[in-house]
This record gives sequence, structure tokens and C-alpha cells, in this order.
Amino acid sequence: MDKLSVDHLLGIKSLKKSDINLIFKTAIHFKEVINRPIKKVPTLRDITIANLFFENSTRTKISFELAQKRLGADVVNFSSSSSSVKKGESLTDTVNNILAMKVDMIVLRHPNPGSPLLLSKNTNSCIINAGDGAHEHPTQALLDCFSLTEHLGDLKDKNILIVGDILHSRVALSNIYALNLLGANIKISCPLSLIPREIESLNVSIETDIIKALKWCDAVNVLRVQKERMEKSYFPNDREYSMLYGLDTTKINNIKKDILILHPGPINRGVEITSEIVESNNSIILDQVENGVAIRMAVIYLLASKMNFSISEQ
Amino acid sequence: MPKKVLLDSKKIDIILNRLVCQLVENHKDFDNTVLIGLQPRGAFLIDKILEIFNKEYPTIDIKSGILDFTFFRDDFRRSEKTLSASSTKINFSVENKNVVLIDDVLFTGRSIKAAMSSMDSYGRPNSIELLVLIDRRYKREIPIEANYCGAKIDTFKGDRVNVVWGEKSKDNIIYIEN
Repeated sequence: MDKLSVDHLLGIKSLKKSDINLIFKTAIHFKEVINRPIKKVPTLRDITIANLFFENSTRTKISFELAQKRLGADVVNFSSSSSSVKKGESLTDTVNNILAMKVDMIVLRHPNPGSPLLLSKNTNSCIINAGDGAHEHPTQALLDCFSLTEHLGDLKDKNILIVGDILHSRVALSNIYALNLLGANIKISCPLSLIPREIESLNVSIETDIIKALKWCDAVNVLRVQKERMEKSYFPNDREYSMLYGLDTTKINNIKKDILILHPGPINRGVEITSEIVESNNSIILDQVENGVAIRMAVIYLLASKMNFSISEQ
Repeated sequence: MPKKVLLDSKKIDIILNRLVCQLVENHKDFDNTVLIGLQPRGAFLIDKILEIFNKEYPTIDIKSGILDFTFFRDDFRRSEKTLSASSTKINFSVENKNVVLIDDVLFTGRSIKAAMSSMDSYGRPNSIELLVLIDRRYKREIPIEANYCGAKIDTFKGDRVNVVWGEKSKDNIIYIEN
């Protein structure tokens, strides 16, 4: 069996298409495992993983923890609010202290872009990026694309639309890298103020008319407006944003075709998407959540399989 | 070393029919018995066994599945290779069932140990038996033996025993090489 070409999962940008296919192939088997009456396997019983979350998280943290526990790993959780980080300790020092307690793998969420890369260069551990600022969120993109392939098959030449706060979204950037590797056509739709500079250089087209964009696509990934990352106002108010870019029954009925609807969560109902659309038959939002555990199990399994095992013979 | 034929298609046919007869003798109407082929190679053998059941004992209704035990193996991170999983298809509980595990070659016994641990995910069976086509004698690393055995052979450690299933039964062959 092929191996991953990387020793850490820092971002989709560092992956090859063969890596994504290997992760998907492995995730299919783990999806079967988590649907068994007893959902746990002992594969990683000799591995300890620390989840370091320097930002709030519900879904990603639970999903990673479940994935690790389903694989039989020992798990320790770290939250920056109750740690020595408050006393001025550096990220590298914090992690090296945790590693000194014989931890094998680190899952890191951090507000600063590039912090997983920094750790991978300054610590002797396997690092998984669980979101670094507005940079990348690789496992979210993997589970999004995996959910899409379950419904659309091969994503080559499929039309995928991303709607929402592209400027502040790590999910958008990771999705763009992943969809490009898988050969999909990518379009984004949002207010011009939320479009990053040079985004077209990533093989992405822009359509500010959301109805035109929805008519074009096979699936739409709806992203949240990330107010916590906004230092100024990018649009007049939520109501106007919702009227122009929020997914609602009127817009979906208007396009007269079935499209898949994804959302990485957390959802602001009534802003970027209405409850009717979230709960509609075309929504695969809960599939994404289930697939998240399988994808994270696959990533952890494949990275752990590259870590050498040694028991000293006495 | 050239390939040495251990069993040709005629002998394989006779053995498969004998193994099916032994199963029927011990499990009668298969009311509380399930057959589980072990991935990857046992999945082919269970197909052959079910074909004989369908042909010779069409009134017996058999529950069967295939089991992958990759995530229960004891050699994870012990080699350069990444262990690759295959699919599992078991759409029933094995709770209180008599389970017959089916594999083509019994060698060190470690795969069977992993398979038995893996089966715990589907319930606690009443009993577990093992059926193999080939038993490589004196090569066991853990104390596991087959209840139903097609043929016992003696081999060297570096030998490979290959069971080849052709498109037609006359193309089936088992050979040894090193």
C-alpha cells in the first residue's frame, strides 16, 4: 500500500492527489468501522495524542477526539484558557513540555497562520493542523471533498461553488486547494469586500450574482461570516447579506435544479443559510459531520503508520 | 525456484466438496451458524464454498459475510509497509451464533488471532471454528489450529503458498514457490 508523501498534515497545499485518494480509500473502511455495533479498534493502542486547541471549537475537537478514541489511542486535551500560555510560555516550549511526557502526535488549532509549520520544524513530533487562523483547515476540506465524492463520484470537471466569507475562511482556502487537486471547477460568490486579492491565481472564478452561480454549480459549500476575525465592517448588515447571499428557499426554487448543499458549521441560521435549506433533502451537512470522524481516523492512521515503532530488547 | 504444483483443480474440487460435507455434518441446517470469509483471500474461498452449498444443498439457507481484520493486526508500525484494509460486509450480529471463519492458508496463526479479536465488534459468538484449505504445518507462532482442513503441507519459512482461483473451476490451482 502506498504511503502518504508527508510526515505531518500541515495543509492541503503540501499534499498530492495520490495522498487525498489514499486518505479517501482508508476513510471508507473507517466509516464501516464506526458503524459497527462496537466502534473501536485497537490499532493505535500504543500512541498518545495531545489535542492543543488555542481557539474555541466544538465540532472539530469532538470529531478529532472521537477519531482518536475509536482508533484506541490515548488522548490528552489542552485548552489555552487554563494553561501556562497565560503565564507567557511560548508555543514551542509548551509543546516540547507536553512531548517530554511521551506524547507521540499533536493536533493543533491556533489563531496564528503557520503555527503548525513552526511546530513541525521545532519539535520532534507528528503535527496535524486543525485550523491555523485564516490559513488552512485541511481535515475540513478533506471531509467536504469526501462527502462530495460520495454523492457526485469523481470530482473531475464537477462544478463546485463556495459562498460566504472567503476572505477570513481557512475552510475556503483548503477546499480550493483540494478541489483543484481533484480536478473540479471552482467558483466563489460573495460581496466583493470579502474576496481575497489574487484569488483568481488559484484557478477560481468569481461570480457576484448568486443566482447565476447557483445555476452553474453541482454543489454549494456555504461558509459562515466570521465576525470574530473582522476588524472592520465588510457589508452594511446581516439582513442585507442574507438577502443577497444567504441561501433560502426562494433562491433554491429559482434555479430549478437539484444541487448538494454543504456547510462546515457552526451555522448562523437565517444569515448565510435558512433552517429550511439546512434541513432539506439536498443538504448533506450531517453526512459531513459523520465523515469528519472517518476522515480524521484515516489521517491519524496513515500518519501514525509512518512513525517507527521500537521496543528495546533487554 | 520453479513453481511446484501442490493441488490441481480436480483435487481442489474434491477437497472443497469434502469440507462442505463436514460443515453440513456438524451444523446440519445452519439455523444458528454463520460463515465468515477472511479478507483478502478467504473472500474467494467462501464464494466457492457457497457455490457448492447452492448446488448440492439448495434448501439450506446460509448467512455469510466477509471480514477485514487489518485494524486488529499485531504488526502495525512494525514494517515499512502501511497496512492496507479491505472491505467488511457483515450485516448481522454474531451474538450467540456459531461462527465458522474461512481462510485459504493457515500459516503463523496471527491473522486468525486478529480476525477473532475483530469479530468481537459484531457480538459475542457462541463458538468459533476455523476452516482452511491449506495448513502449513509446524509454522505456527501462536496456538491456533483449524477445525476443518483441506490439506496439510510442510514448507520452509521463505516459501510462498499461492491459491489461484481461475475463471472456471478447471483453472484453479495451488502451488508453492520461494
